[in-house]
Amino acid sequence: MLEAQHITCQINRKILLDDVSLAVRPGELVAVVGANGAGKSTLLKTFSRELTPTQGLVLLDKKPIRGFSALELARRRAVLAQQNPLAFEFSVYELVMMGRYPHFDGHPRPEDHAIVAYALERTGILHLSGRAVPTLSGGEQQRVHLAKILAQLMDVDEMNQPEVPLRQPKYLLLDEPTTGLDFYYQHSLLEVASGLTRRGYGVIAILHDLNLVMQYADKVLLLKEGKALAFGKPVSVLTADSIFKAFHLSVQIIHQPELDGPLIVHTRQTVPVPFPSPI
Amino acid sequence: MQTDLTPPVTTQPLPQASRPGLSRSSGWWLNGLLAVLLIVVMIWSVGIGAVSIPIPDVLAILLKQMGWEVGVVETQQETVLTVIRLPRILLGVLVGAVLGISGAAIQGLFRNPLADPGLIGISSGASVMAVLMIVLQLRVFSDLSSLSGLYALSLAAFAGAVGTTLLVYTLARKNGRTVVSTMLLVGVAINVFCEALRGLMMYLADDAQLRAISYWSLGSLGGASWEVLQVATPFLLVPVLLMPRLSKSMNAFALGESQAGHLGVDVSKLKRNVVILATLGVGVAVAVSGVIGFIGLVIPHLIRLVSGANHRTVLPGSALLGAIVLTLSDLVARTLVAPAELPIGIITGMIGAPTFLFMLVRGAGEKP
Repeated sequence: MLEAQHITCQINRKILLDDVSLAVRPGELVAVVGANGAGKSTLLKTFSRELTPTQGLVLLDKKPIRGFSALELARRRAVLAQQNPLAFEFSVYELVMMGRYPHFDGHPRPEDHAIVAYALERTGILHLSGRAVPTLSGGEQQRVHLAKILAQLMDVDEMNQPEVPLRQPKYLLLDEPTTGLDFYYQHSLLEVASGLTRRGYGVIAILHDLNLVMQYADKVLLLKEGKALAFGKPVSVLTADSIFKAFHLSVQIIHQPELDGPLIVHTRQTVPVPFPSPI
Repeated sequence: MQTDLTPPVTTQPLPQASRPGLSRSSGWWLNGLLAVLLIVVMIWSVGIGAVSIPIPDVLAILLKQMGWEVGVVETQQETVLTVIRLPRILLGVLVGAVLGISGAAIQGLFRNPLADPGLIGISSGASVMAVLMIVLQLRVFSDLSSLSGLYALSLAAFAGAVGTTLLVYTLARKNGRTVVSTMLLVGVAINVFCEALRGLMMYLADDAQLRAISYWSLGSLGGASWEVLQVATPFLLVPVLLMPRLSKSMNAFALGESQAGHLGVDVSKLKRNVVILATLGVGVAVAVSGVIGFIGLVIPHLIRLVSGANHRTVLPGSALLGAIVLTLSDLVARTLVAPAELPIGIITGMIGAPTFLFMLVRGAGEKP
């Protein structure tokens, strides 16, 4: 289990997170939603150990995350960042191979090549493997980075025997993973993620599309101004009331019997959003 | 993207042909080629000069040194080759290699192909100290042609390199972390200051000192001898041998510091190691041969144009190509206006810049 206990983050008097707790168990996809600046990325950064919380603890398998070496941690959890700067023109294959770096010294082993090829195929970019990453479209680049984190956590047994449970639970931290992806790939990314949870991965994803949350998340944390507003199953957390509190936006929750879950639709007539007037 | 979770049919490593990423990334052929070329260039250029030595004789002399007598060896040729040419060629190879590889590493550290060791003040620190020594004429330096004078000058230059790098590195640290962009800005400021100090010294200098300064600022391998090699070789070899071990971390570093951290790279350790190794290498290189421009900036770029960005190829490739280019430049420097010598920086700049522009324009045209 990967869990944050009573996390408070403060930078120069500004409180970014205020006593937030969140846990993800193997087999769960937990979504984090909230308005811009609500503290979602900050929370994810405490999970990835990029940021040390002012108060509170982050635990991996009941042990403080501080105690893990960078390498141990890299084999247990992977992060899909919101921004992916790349200084030099690496090829797609080389970049996905970077996901294997925590696993080998010096030269990649045959199994590393096999896993990279598998990850490229899973994300539908095998045909791009020789291309330079900066020449790809934004959505294609996003898939390259997805392939990289898949390759980072996968091991050979997992690839060859998908039915065998994981030896150790592993965690994916996704910061707005669907940004820049087209409709089809938004869904297939989350299909891949929830497929991994069925295999024993735990996933935390920051998502903006509440309907995607409804459809894919097992649990959702709603953040507002650094505080946890609600936590639980998407149907019970994402109500018209809580969404209005978090986003200042009126919505209707539509229940259609032929759909798997409810549909969240913004209702136009009552827009109380105080947009600042341009200039 | 496959949405089901059954593994695809091809979980075995794909055949080479369907892994185009590999042919681009595995640069062993390039580095192999460069290594062979370096040996050829060394043997060829060691025979050229005021006393011309044909290649078979060069090989015979070299074999004799290793204890294999093959045929008759002319004593004059042997002396020229072993006492004058060989140490000079070897120093050129080492200095070229260290400048090339340090350039590649510093570019990786700054995640910018336009960075070079001069940018963080390594070269200017070294050169300002040397110029100070020349002009202020401390007693030890009164006779610069003597060996002790040369040593002291080199030592001062090295101290200058280490001093400025330490200053830049310390000033760029914030909350225990080195901010790379601040390091660059601090480097720029230090460079400006060093340049001003150098200008002041040149203003104060007399004619002979001015000549010494200009010669030194443009670099020369004329000071090469076995004694110099003995002192400098370990310092020059260490960065060349250790930096390639950082390739993996430096590749990950291209994704930014936080992502490199997510991949298990100890980012602060990497930054520290690159700065220490580059200062050691470039500081000693400047100390023994003056400031030689162009190599650190352009050589890594040329390698990247051919082989792609993987540091596993770029780092050793830059060392090899740097060694080749500097050996050839020195050949031109010592033969073009013989018996006089041109400063080597003039050659590297004059040949290097147009070559670079040509490759750049051609490379840009080839890109998809």
